[in-house]
Amino acid sequence: MSKLDLLQGTLDVMVLKTLAAMGSLHGYGIARRIEQVSGNQVLLNQGTIYASLVRLEQRGWIASNWGVSGNNRKAKFYSITRAGRRQLAEDARYWERLTGVMDRVLTMDSEGGEEPA
Amino acid sequence: MSWRLPRRTGAFFTKRRLDRELEEELAAHLEFAVEENLECGLPFEEARRLALISMGGIEQAKQKHREVRGLMTLDIFVQDLKYTLRTLNRDRVFAMVAILILALGIGANVAVFSVVNTLLLRPLPFPDAQELVWIAPPPTKCGLSCATYSTDAYDEFRVGSRSYQDVTGYFAFSSPDNLSLNLGGAPIPATSIDVIANFFQVLGVHPAMGRFFTADDARDNAAPTILLTDAWWRRQFAADPNIVGKTFDMNGRQTTVIGVLPASFDFGAVFSPGSKVDAITPLDLYGPPRDWGNIITFIGRMKPGVTLAQARQDAARVAPSMCWNNKYPRSCGSYKDEVVPVPLKDYVSGRLRRSLVVLWSAVGMILLIACVNLSNLLLARATARQKEFAMRTALGASRSRIVGQLLTESLVLSCAGAVLGLGLAYLLVFWLAHQGAIALPLLSTLRIDGAALGWTIFIAVSAGVLFGLIPGLRMAGGNLHESLKDSSQGAGHSRKHERLRSMLVVTEVALACVLLVGAGLLLRSFVRVLDVDLGFQPDRAAAVKMDYNDSAATNDASVAKRTVIFQQAITRVEAIPGVQAAGISDYLPLGRNRSWGIPLPKGVPRRQGLIAGPLVYVITPGYLRAMGTRIRGRDFSWDDGPHGTHVVIVNQSYANFLAGLAKWPNGDAIGQVLDDGGQGGLTIIGVADDVHEENTEGDTGWQIYYPAMQANPTSAQLVIRSSLPPAALANSVLTALRELNPKQPAAEFRPIQSLVDHANSPRRFFMLLVASFAGLGLFLAALGIYGVISYSVTRQTQEIGIRMALGATMGRVQRQVLGSTLRLAIVGIALGAAASIAAAKLIASLLFATSPWDVATYAAMAGTLLAVASIAGYLPARRASRIDPMVALRAN
Repeated sequence: MSKLDLLQGTLDVMVLKTLAAMGSLHGYGIARRIEQVSGNQVLLNQGTIYASLVRLEQRGWIASNWGVSGNNRKAKFYSITRAGRRQLAEDARYWERLTGVMDRVLTMDSEGGEEPA
Repeated sequence: MSWRLPRRTGAFFTKRRLDRELEEELAAHLEFAVEENLECGLPFEEARRLALISMGGIEQAKQKHREVRGLMTLDIFVQDLKYTLRTLNRDRVFAMVAILILALGIGANVAVFSVVNTLLLRPLPFPDAQELVWIAPPPTKCGLSCATYSTDAYDEFRVGSRSYQDVTGYFAFSSPDNLSLNLGGAPIPATSIDVIANFFQVLGVHPAMGRFFTADDARDNAAPTILLTDAWWRRQFAADPNIVGKTFDMNGRQTTVIGVLPASFDFGAVFSPGSKVDAITPLDLYGPPRDWGNIITFIGRMKPGVTLAQARQDAARVAPSMCWNNKYPRSCGSYKDEVVPVPLKDYVSGRLRRSLVVLWSAVGMILLIACVNLSNLLLARATARQKEFAMRTALGASRSRIVGQLLTESLVLSCAGAVLGLGLAYLLVFWLAHQGAIALPLLSTLRIDGAALGWTIFIAVSAGVLFGLIPGLRMAGGNLHESLKDSSQGAGHSRKHERLRSMLVVTEVALACVLLVGAGLLLRSFVRVLDVDLGFQPDRAAAVKMDYNDSAATNDASVAKRTVIFQQAITRVEAIPGVQAAGISDYLPLGRNRSWGIPLPKGVPRRQGLIAGPLVYVITPGYLRAMGTRIRGRDFSWDDGPHGTHVVIVNQSYANFLAGLAKWPNGDAIGQVLDDGGQGGLTIIGVADDVHEENTEGDTGWQIYYPAMQANPTSAQLVIRSSLPPAALANSVLTALRELNPKQPAAEFRPIQSLVDHANSPRRFFMLLVASFAGLGLFLAALGIYGVISYSVTRQTQEIGIRMALGATMGRVQRQVLGSTLRLAIVGIALGAAASIAAAKLIASLLFATSPWDVATYAAMAGTLLAVASIAGYLPARRASRIDPMVALRAN
């Protein structure tokens, strides 16, 4: 099975969620984490994560500062802000609704319509 | 969310730092990845390779990062801008020509916009100026006396009307240099206007220093007070900061300066264009002026919320109860239908609306011509750069990028042109604002203001888009493949360009043609105006205001005293070598004037409602000769004294009117007697030519001349006709006058021609502006023709070479090139002439004794354009005929 292309906007949600779950992380860490969680199913050009990070930071949903990693390397660490958490909650609700709808549409019975509830 | 734009803008300006940070981040990222791969046991090379793969394209990542964080369009714009500056720098001649053309076009536009804005668009320089109205009767032929009201009428109107916050006015008959300031030496002449005490309160003007008039200042026998204008205060009183409260000898009375007017208030600019006013004095409404008849102009300030229609109704309601003089009940009601308010702004500049619209259209056309020219230049340049664009397209530049690039170029050019043009406009406006002699209102308040700057930006951008878009679309629409292959210059693509360029040139010629026709018609009108027989000969005549004192116990004594003074002065001045004639009148033509009711032939019953009487001039013997006005019958003589027969001279029109009324034998007025309400009546001793007394263009009205020995003049203008240039006599005349009267101020010696020039100045002003715009348009059109023909000769070098090798003569080649030039010109002229004929209505009302379809003008315009086109085409034609076939064929 080939890897999934990321839909527009999904990467931002993944980054927010990853940061919400893991705390402070650098770009590589975030990218690897997303790959691992997805079971290596998404096609992620790791470089594109930085565009997502700068956008989220400009919107004030994440914050960054330079720090030193576990193996003593200088790296930029990102963490989610309070506004970011609110946004994440909102996005999560949106995705749940969307997947619900997609589910129902795709499992629609081809013969009859949906029965009245 | 709302913070994103500022952050992105910030990112645009901190690009370098952000790029460095990203660089570091990506490097760290790579190291993390390599490390992880190494930990899995891969060799270094493989670990690095896999890490790079999983990162994806680093350049793309950077690009995407920049796109997201910054302002991509701005980035592109900056890129285009840099590129534009580089290419323009490489092609400096082109850039300079283009910027110069644009600067001329934009400069003319901004300057004219400032004029239009000042005269038409901007409110008058008073607070809530829309509330101000000018109240006057509809225009008649009896001059200022029929455009003004009496003091009794003023009182009645002020009390009786309800729509006005207040009504004010000024004395309309002040003559120039009516004030003589005595500081010790020779008296200094100045001009002051008498205003009703509430004048400044109604206008809403506040003093720069001191106070304005109160009712007490205008009372009978009040201590004389005066307000100085800013200009006079600076010029005459060295801007003395303690001037308020000081007293000076003015007209022989100790007059107190009570204040200084603000610099922004210019009486002349609003109410009396082209004349200078130095001071303002209070008008004593209840003293002698009460019996002077119609002397006051009305200015009202409507109550807030009152419409003009309501104000009109109100005025019409009050008018019947207004009396010319309360002492004569029969004069009540004479102002019926004669009290009509119009917005003050319309009174001041309404007449000029049409002229300004024409002027504005003319500069608009100049700008269009400039744009077409620029389009043409850019198109020629774009053709030369075809390959560059094809290459860029091949390398992945989108069509919009190419159009964007070309638009950036045109915008850079137009902005540079706008900056230079603004400089030109500033100079022009500065010059205009200091042309005190042009009788246009508000000219001295002219300046480049915020609106003019906005207008500059607007026309610069629209011009840039206008002339950049055609070549831009044309280039971007080209066939990539063909352009890359196309190495010769004779390809079809260029031919298509040439057609477009020819069309542009035709447009240009047509626009220039319309401008030329307009200018030609205005010029012809102006010449016709100069040709008008004014009824007097202005050249070699000059006037000087003479001071005299004829005050005496009785009127008879006063007349006798005056007669002696006048006769002495004239005899003395006539003795000066070079003086051919001299005489005195209290009013000069083309200036202020007045009338004294209407003397009718004896025996003709007086009809009601006929108040438009002849204009009155009180003159001495010799005055008409000095002015160069012809008389049938005889001139006054010094013997026509107060106790002799009362005599008058009337002008031809009035004589005709009287003759028609009284059915005189042979229609001859000479010797007939008019009824002046007195015993003996007035005997007509002469009939003078009609004099243009109010303007040089309109019809002449009625005039009547009284001898200064029998009627009382209001002042004395000594007129001299000389065989020498009048200015050469100024000193000797003033010396002679001062010997007779030491109080004679050093008054200005005014050539009579300057009165005529002053009256003609608005027409001259508009004519000169339109003519210079037409000249500019012609020049630009010639440039356009030259550009296109020259380019097509270059393109056809090979073809011409072949034809010459096959035996075509030099003359034939020249004729051919000239022929194609003239074809363009003729098509342009035909279109332009058609457009002019269609647009003739717009200009018709500005013409004088000239048809808007004047054949001679059209022919002259076509001839001029053809001649200029031939010259513009001749230069490339000559070059074409000099082509050496061998060289031409070997090239390429």
